[in-house]
Amino acid sequence: MLVCANGRGDDLVVEGRVLDPALGIDAALRVTVTNGVVSAIEPGSASEGILIAPAFVDPHVHLRTPGREDEETIRSGTEAAAAGGYCAILAMPNTEPVVDSASVLGALVERAREEALVPTGFLAAISRGQRGEELTEMVELASEGAAAFTDDGRPVVSAALVRRALQYSALTDLRLALHCEEPALSRNGHAHEGVVSAELGLGAYPSLAESLMVERDLALADLERRPIHLLHLSARESVEALDRALAAGAAATAEVTPHHLVLTDDAVRSLDPNVKMNPPLRAALDRETLRDALRRGAVSCIATDHAPHAPEEKDVPFEEAPFGVTGLETAFSALYTHLVLPGALALETLLERMSTGPARAFGLAEPRIEVGARANLVVLDLDAEWTVTEGGFRSRSTNSWLLGETLHGRVVQTVADGRVVFSG
Amino acid sequence: MSELRPPAPPRRHLLSIRDLDRSEVERLLDTARSLTSSLDRELKKLPTLRGRTVVNLFYESSTRTLASFELAAKRLSADTMSLRSTGSSVDKGESLKDTALTLAAYDPDVIVIRHPAIGAPGVVARVTDAHVVNAGDGKHQHPTQALLDLYTMREAVGRLEGLHVAVVGDILHSRVARSLVQALALVGARSVLVGPPTLVPRGLEALGCELSTDIRAIEDADVVYVLRMQRERMAAGEAYVPSLREYTALYGITPDRIRAGQVVMHPGPMNRGVEIDARVADSEAALVVDQVRAGLVVRMAVLYDLVTQPAAREPLGVTSEPAEVV
Repeated sequence: MLVCANGRGDDLVVEGRVLDPALGIDAALRVTVTNGVVSAIEPGSASEGILIAPAFVDPHVHLRTPGREDEETIRSGTEAAAAGGYCAILAMPNTEPVVDSASVLGALVERAREEALVPTGFLAAISRGQRGEELTEMVELASEGAAAFTDDGRPVVSAALVRRALQYSALTDLRLALHCEEPALSRNGHAHEGVVSAELGLGAYPSLAESLMVERDLALADLERRPIHLLHLSARESVEALDRALAAGAAATAEVTPHHLVLTDDAVRSLDPNVKMNPPLRAALDRETLRDALRRGAVSCIATDHAPHAPEEKDVPFEEAPFGVTGLETAFSALYTHLVLPGALALETLLERMSTGPARAFGLAEPRIEVGARANLVVLDLDAEWTVTEGGFRSRSTNSWLLGETLHGRVVQTVADGRVVFSG
Repeated sequence: MSELRPPAPPRRHLLSIRDLDRSEVERLLDTARSLTSSLDRELKKLPTLRGRTVVNLFYESSTRTLASFELAAKRLSADTMSLRSTGSSVDKGESLKDTALTLAAYDPDVIVIRHPAIGAPGVVARVTDAHVVNAGDGKHQHPTQALLDLYTMREAVGRLEGLHVAVVGDILHSRVARSLVQALALVGARSVLVGPPTLVPRGLEALGCELSTDIRAIEDADVVYVLRMQRERMAAGEAYVPSLREYTALYGITPDRIRAGQVVMHPGPMNRGVEIDARVADSEAALVVDQVRAGLVVRMAVLYDLVTQPAAREPLGVTSEPAEVV
């Protein structure tokens, strides 16, 4: 269930190159929206650099609400999402308190109805307090509108609990989204185990800390015949495990972040806390494997893992800084600049993995540009250049790995659920 | 208006050996050598940094490094101030950034920082206008230690190019080893890192050294550099080695493992009877005291070099013999 502050639908006309990979549209068209619904699609004229596509869906956002509204609120987070071209986002439950009961979830949903500019769904915790001990009341959470279950931010350490959660969540039609990390292997880890961690002396977080848990969770999901979603994959070995499971018929989906697609652990040499994430940036071969998996569709979702942090939390030595970077407002431009323009990823694939892929993985309505559908579209100016600055964010936080970088391609308008939510 | 002023030259720091190239390392060692004559004078103070301020900001307990930096600054006539994390505002939860900003209000020329977290010197460099010297950040870097070690090796053996150095012990947790190996590679020396497999991180060979788990790898070395073995490495949950006893049996530097002509170094403080046998520590081959003495002149050289821009350098104020070329 997605909720937002409901307004009436808007009327507008957009014209230019329309690219909807799921519908196989790539033509110069004029799209008319009446009362928030696409009412006509007619031949139109292309204008330089302008591209109209189904708006984006982000399955992995930390809205920090409740508890850390100084870092993000539902309002600021959804304004950031709108500026990034998103028509739907899913928020993670590792808040203070954790979203592990119907009362906490219900209050959030109410708040989103008041504040959310873009339709927002909320995942609920797998375990109470995300402590990895007892299951949450999944059926009640599902009826209150939970989008899926996850303990993201930390792994479910007990294999037995993952198994119970897979079994019990079958009473709902929601899937588990799993943060795969073997904590005994990642303990005190601040960077990918490799040349860079060895040289800098940073605690090592090996690829295997992720891929062992990916293997385990895929095996458990297979045992229970349940679908799972793998959060923020970073390691080659994890993709290989996923490929094996998919070949055997697993109903697993997976996501990858823009930062893991663009950067490698080489960036950590700067000791800039804005390149510290969990999972960590890995080696060039891992990055290439992730890009390949995204091209093939084995990894079908791009997720920002938008993780706002207050400046005082990030203005500290690398080793003391928390994990996480923001991403909602830069995802498309970062990937267009670093993957599409150099020829590493087709534009159609990027658009598909940022929209249809995540919507399908979580059973959300797929944004489509077709007559009769609610308008969920993004207008992009592919020729625009812009520089990422601290002052330019709608998000309350500025912990971006792209600060100071000049990017190509920019969101100029976002229409979410029939309303114009952003005009740049 | 500020835009009418010529741009200020970039502030120079010593955060990592990576900040230096070979010629800069050699310049620092030569400056240090020219300063040694001042140590033997009756009046040991030089006027070079009169009116300058050097702040030592130490977040970890340290005896020799803090004493060495304090004395180095004083010998150059700088005003010095040393702050330790205990008994200061850090105890009250002040962040490193705020402490650095507070100190910056006194316009220090140099801030020397030791901190348990990797990347701390970079924070101070970002938020103040001072030249920053890293006196040790976590397991990352301790560049003045590496420079004083090079200085000691050059004085003892007479050359650095082609010198063969074996570093023995807990490489994984050692900022001394990381800095030293980079510095040795920079000056054309060869290094091999020796220790138990759990304490020699894979990937370090990318720094241009060899890795070994066999103590016999020290046999051919000109210099045997012994690292401190910390008891914490055997704590429950850490367990990098099963016992100090087994560590000492496998990697302890005993007289029979040292051949004639080899010199032995240790950054201190030593655990006699653990990583180094007392007979080796007290032998002619041990250069531990030379290292301390080198620390003073090398740190004087670093402070002098950072504060006086190379283009507009004041005379050093000591008569020096031309330094030997390495």
